[in-house]
Amino acid sequence: MTFKTLRPLVVFFSLLCLFSSLAHAGDNPEKIIKLATTTSTENSGLLSAILPKFTEDTGYQVHVIAVGTGKALRMGQDGDVDVVLVHARAAEDKFVAEGYGEKRYGVMYNDFVIVGPKEDPAGIAGAKTASEALGKIAHTQSIFVSRGDDSGTHKKERSLWKEAGITPEGSWYREAGQGMGKVLQIAGEMDGYTLTDRGTWLAYMDNSPLQISFQGDPQLFNPYGIIAVNPKRHPDTNYQGALALIGWFISPHGQELIGDFKIGDNKLFTPSADAEEFAAFSKEH
Amino acid sequence: MERLTDATTSALMLLFSGNADLWEIIGISFRVSFVAILAATPPALLVAFALAYLRFPGRRLLISINSTLLSVPAVVVGLTLYILLSRQGPLGEWKLLFTQTAMVLGQVVLAFPILAAMSHSALQAVDKRAWETARTLGAGPLRASFTLMHEARFGLMAALLAAFGRIIAEVGASMMLGGNILHYTRNIPTAIALETSKGEFAQGIALGIVLLTLAFTLNALLQNVQGRGQPVS
Repeated sequence: MTFKTLRPLVVFFSLLCLFSSLAHAGDNPEKIIKLATTTSTENSGLLSAILPKFTEDTGYQVHVIAVGTGKALRMGQDGDVDVVLVHARAAEDKFVAEGYGEKRYGVMYNDFVIVGPKEDPAGIAGAKTASEALGKIAHTQSIFVSRGDDSGTHKKERSLWKEAGITPEGSWYREAGQGMGKVLQIAGEMDGYTLTDRGTWLAYMDNSPLQISFQGDPQLFNPYGIIAVNPKRHPDTNYQGALALIGWFISPHGQELIGDFKIGDNKLFTPSADAEEFAAFSKEH
Repeated sequence: MERLTDATTSALMLLFSGNADLWEIIGISFRVSFVAILAATPPALLVAFALAYLRFPGRRLLISINSTLLSVPAVVVGLTLYILLSRQGPLGEWKLLFTQTAMVLGQVVLAFPILAAMSHSALQAVDKRAWETARTLGAGPLRASFTLMHEARFGLMAALLAAFGRIIAEVGASMMLGGNILHYTRNIPTAIALETSKGEFAQGIALGIVLLTLAFTLNALLQNVQGRGQPVS
């Protein structure tokens, strides 16, 4: 017998070992913060732009898990993450009221817009309110792509339909069940309308055939909040890390970085943390 | 079409310019899948030996179960382990969800049935007298097992390569169990899914090229190994 036949395999697996050693080994778990957040903060590029500075400032690594707001809150509820950064005010307040989260801190806001085909087949540009715009889409049976994933955007969309007094159903209403970026692509391919946060839209608009069809209604205000998972309910989460992240996000320094984040010439998020809240937070922790 | 060529050009540039993010993702993929293969192989070989050489009650049932596992979709493996590993689940104490270890576990579950089934048939094909001969010549059971594995080496290598090929390209379980965390659990398949959803095709294509090259290399090795395994006529 010879080992000749095995030689290529030995070489191959040795290379694998080399590769493996290149990837960095597990870090100190106390220095890792698990943050469940929405696809809008991740897909827009905000978090990858500012979190390295947080790591620099504090030494914490942030593991970002980007899902819809509903899923993110669910992960917090189960204690699978340490802190959540989401945008669905009613669901956030419920999360805190039921004792899953400790306290909600406002971080920033942007707004939702309705994007659609350039021809605007439903004629929503002239609508007075967002729910009226959706009413026109339903009335003309124009294609509307819904997130369909219980995300913050989806929750907002459902509340708008409710306000319009419409139960969206039929072949024109398509639930994608995917993140914001993917849904913008789907709507683009289908020449359909969709509701999106402005941040993700700005990040995608260069590659999209769609344009903003409706914007500016106060109903479309989109605030983001950050909440630490309640350590009383889940004592083994990284509570100290969560506090460090919250304190950094609502500090003047973090707020400035959020406000400075741009795609092209457009600011994506407006920082909105309450200075008094930050003072109280600093005192308490 | 222009988009495809443009994206492919940038993809090649990313690969050859040694883009750190890209190579880190590739490194994570290999590291996780390599550890998974290492962990799955010994128990799979044990089961394969038992199936090939022992006759015990429930043997046929074990074979059926293993064949069923062969076709379990990765997302089902992901979902099952997610429920088990979540803090609310029975193994929540281990704090493994959204770690590389969780991804390794998922890939072990996916690799195991392939390794067991293919090793079983490879070992089954070895002439039974090899064992008796080895034992007669004074080899202990362990030494005799190695003789059998050596006799079946081509089939066993094929099993390893096939299992590795499946798990390195698997997206469903890795996405659910790892959470696609940058620098940590983002591997080649989950990165491709994410980059596509962001409309960043260049990085997706670059990673796709890596997977294709890998698939080609594995297949070439497999052909080579199996080719040499043919009896000389």
